Amino acid sequence: MGKTLYEKVLEQHVIDQVGDDLLLYIDRHLIHEVTSPQAFAGLNEKNRKVRRPDLTFGTMDHSISTRSLALDACGPQNELQLRTLVANCEQHGIELYPVGHKNQGIIHVIGPQLGLIHPGMTVVCGDSHTATHGAFGALAFGIGTSQVEHVLATQTLKQSKAKSMLVKVDGTLGLGVTAKDIILAIIGKIGHAGATGYVIEYAGEAIRQLNMAERMTICNMSIEAGAKAGLIAPDQITIDYLKGKEFAPADQHWDAAIEYWQTLSSDDDATFDTVVELHADDIAPQVTWGTNPGQVVAINQPIPSPESFNDNISKTSAEKALKYMGLTAGDRLDQISVSHVFIGSCTNSRIEDLRSAAKVVQSSKVKPTVTAIVVPGSVEVKKQAEHEGLDKIFIEAGFEWRLPGCSMCLGMNDDLLEPGDRCASTSNRNFEGRQGRGARTHLVSPEMAAAAAITGTFTDVRAMGAK
Amino acid sequence: MTGISIIKGQVAPLDQANVDTDQIIPKQFLTGVTRAGYGKHLFHDWRYLDTNESVLNPEFSLNKPEYSKANILLTRENFGCGSSREHAPWALADYGFAAIIATSYADIFYGNCMNNQLLPITLESAQIDQLFVIVYENPECEFLIDLPQQTVTANGISFAFKISEQHKHNLLKGLDAIGQTLELDEKISAFEKQRMAWL
Repeated sequence: MGKTLYEKVLEQHVIDQVGDDLLLYIDRHLIHEVTSPQAFAGLNEKNRKVRRPDLTFGTMDHSISTRSLALDACGPQNELQLRTLVANCEQHGIELYPVGHKNQGIIHVIGPQLGLIHPGMTVVCGDSHTATHGAFGALAFGIGTSQVEHVLATQTLKQSKAKSMLVKVDGTLGLGVTAKDIILAIIGKIGHAGATGYVIEYAGEAIRQLNMAERMTICNMSIEAGAKAGLIAPDQITIDYLKGKEFAPADQHWDAAIEYWQTLSSDDDATFDTVVELHADDIAPQVTWGTNPGQVVAINQPIPSPESFNDNISKTSAEKALKYMGLTAGDRLDQISVSHVFIGSCTNSRIEDLRSAAKVVQSSKVKPTVTAIVVPGSVEVKKQAEHEGLDKIFIEAGFEWRLPGCSMCLGMNDDLLEPGDRCASTSNRNFEGRQGRGARTHLVSPEMAAAAAITGTFTDVRAMGAK
Repeated sequence: MTGISIIKGQVAPLDQANVDTDQIIPKQFLTGVTRAGYGKHLFHDWRYLDTNESVLNPEFSLNKPEYSKANILLTRENFGCGSSREHAPWALADYGFAAIIATSYADIFYGNCMNNQLLPITLESAQIDQLFVIVYENPECEFLIDLPQQTVTANGISFAFKISEQHKHNLLKGLDAIGQTLELDEKISAFEKQRMAWL
């Protein structure tokens, strides 16, 4: 019987069988300030060493200011956490890209950008959006801090084999419809916990047509459907992206690497536990209306009524979400005003995202009732955007142009909303209080966020003649 | 770490699905560098009416006097979804919970519980419904969780739960997972020698 891409990558990394679990070798370990301090403390308490500092890379992204490079800009607690990361990386010989370094940025933006992620790798990070790296055909997943400690000490992790789900997206995306809309539509279809216990492989014509940034947007939000990881088989687009990157395979290994990568796809006769199919042509720009990413509708559809859900749990969740969001079933989102727009996060802060948003913004002004910020995903993205003059487009329109970091996706710094604020956000979670206590988050694509900034309400970007 | 075997105690009901880790412990409490002290911030936005944590929300179930002694949390599907923050189980354990009973859990949260000796029990939706009824009718009812036997008993009703042998073993013994893996050092070293040259 044929094998899935997931099985191929998994089997390549099995060191041993331990009880029901597989002991997997980890090829790349990414760390940041929030989920690593207790792991290093645990190592130090037991006098353990980091087994492979050379496979471990760190940056600062969550607890940093987007207005200042000073580590104390967000208070002494944040500063202590950042300085702890510096000390831990120094002690254990781990490469760290701190604030001010040319490679600094959101961990899931800089990893791929530096070529640290290759097809077929196992990649972990104490961060649920590690799923992003599945865009390269790597098996990448988020872990807890105890597991971070385990990987630091052993470069391995015990895992049970997940079930497999194939999500096939055929057809072609319409103008103004993006990778973000695909993944929101998928989560809307299978539900917020629809892929719990699964590794998803995304396939189909519409996925093949996406560039690497778009594939990362898709895989990034796999966790929002509960999936352990999301994978896309590597192809020429993947190879072209990696070529010449700082940490891509060296020249003498390049051909052998490609030869291996080309074996990384699901066999034709591979079987999946579940198959889900969508047609890209049917997908319209999406906007979440509730407090989990599965509570989503197309911009041209009314918000569903709680009664329309089959089970009591979904019904109750919808009622609670509508109350928190200050919305009524039947409302259309294109009649709802926003007070804030956030363009950024590991989902949508790459240069391609900023270009798309800038195209919508060009020669327009941000509605005076809206506060809008753009937070590039990395120093490199920011530099490239400034080279292309995108910063000027945003600033002249009335956006704030910030320093790279996670920023308002979760507000571990001072980029926070007030109760009742309503934000069109390109991030990945619309949970209660995610962007600030009592604040209301609606997940959208960069294009839709840009459109909302200009009109002051959620707006079908297709009607603005964009792209 | 010492192992767990029998957990007895009262139960706090949290009757909702999809409780994410942002609700369990919001981001402003993630700037710590130790594992201690997160319990007072557990369910911060729901538990307190103010940001300084001085005014309790009387409507939130954990604040009701009848559930104040609870050491078991009863909840619904997809508990612990979202962020991988291990601060979530740290906060639950620090607050005083020794076990959670739910319809299902998010994967990362489930693993994090196992690494913190916090027992996440999964039961069928209909069984969870029954347990909610028992708790609502008699908040003082004591539940008995027997890990070796894999049962939850309340009010004379007993439900069996599933848990992997590996997880059960580790919880019972309170084993150091890293110590166990370090014993496989030879196998890890042998594996490392045959990795692709460019990795």
